[in-house]
Amino acid sequence: MTPTPDFDAEYRRRQKSRSVVTGLALGALVILFFAIAFVRIKNG
Amino acid sequence: MASPAAPMTPTLPAEWRDFLALTKPRVMSLVVFTGLCGMLAAPVHVHPVIGFTAILCVALGAGASGALNMWYEADIDRVMRRTEKRPLPAGRMERQAALHFGVGLAAFSVLLMGLAVNVLAAAILAVSILFYVLIYTVWLKRRTPQNIVIGGAAGAFPPLIGWAAATGQVSLLPVLLFSLVFLWTPPHFWALSLFINSDYAKAGVPMMSVVAGTKSTRRQVFLYSWPMAIVAVAPWPLGLTHAIYGGVSAVLSLVFLGLAGLVGFSAESDPALMKHERRLFAFSILYLFALFGALVADRMLLS
Repeated sequence: MTPTPDFDAEYRRRQKSRSVVTGLALGALVILFFAIAFVRIKNG
Repeated sequence: MASPAAPMTPTLPAEWRDFLALTKPRVMSLVVFTGLCGMLAAPVHVHPVIGFTAILCVALGAGASGALNMWYEADIDRVMRRTEKRPLPAGRMERQAALHFGVGLAAFSVLLMGLAVNVLAAAILAVSILFYVLIYTVWLKRRTPQNIVIGGAAGAFPPLIGWAAATGQVSLLPVLLFSLVFLWTPPHFWALSLFINSDYAKAGVPMMSVVAGTKSTRRQVFLYSWPMAIVAVAPWPLGLTHAIYGGVSAVLSLVFLGLAGLVGFSAESDPALMKHERRLFAFSILYLFALFGALVADRMLLS
């Protein structure tokens, strides 16, 4: 079955929004891990 | 599943909102709140970063439990009106994606708690996830009308986890908070089950109201409210809290008992007319939020 252009566009839109959310979550985790490491090292 | 000879039907990937819906955000809000209050009620200072991480782990663990619950219960969610629009029964997501998401989130939350906070909090978090998924969802829910009674323990862990995250140990007050949520769960859910009885019956879930009938369920809502009220007030006479918590818990528990009494002695059989049951269900949520809020206010203002 060949995907229609509409299907293709919706597929890419969903893929893009999932990638953006995943990227934001990973970025937030990087900041959190940095903060945890900083606190742990500072507190010994 | 399509046979190898059948033409492949292209399917759209689930939206990120569907993954968020798998985590049951509304349930998570109560879990996060009780976990946070358990942490703030502890008599020690927690670094904000570590405290935030602990609560994040509690939220992620609760989300993982919700996702795994939806993965396992997709078949009964499909026949209940309350749950038919969830991502799996609505066909917006593959079951396997929900399983992978739930297992990944569960493992991550426990590992992060263990590495960043402490091992005891991580162990209790792991037990709470396993209890909710294996004991409640897989074992009890479809087998016994006591599903809510025993399964209620799963939702009672967050204050214990919050306290353990702050202090690295468990003492009497967090155990009482655990018991409070544990004993609160049956009257809360049975009040709900009274006015959505047909939904549970349709799905074949042996809720108390389906198996024992509404009269017996009403009586048990009232009876279970008594030990709950006693445990709610207990921290005050035991000297674990001060007057703010004592006063709030005494007044609200009396109101709870009054509403439970109205449900217990009602003979209404039409779900559309069950206003006492709806009122008790709504009040029970406010009750738990208010008690935990009062506990933190008590600790911060009077300790």
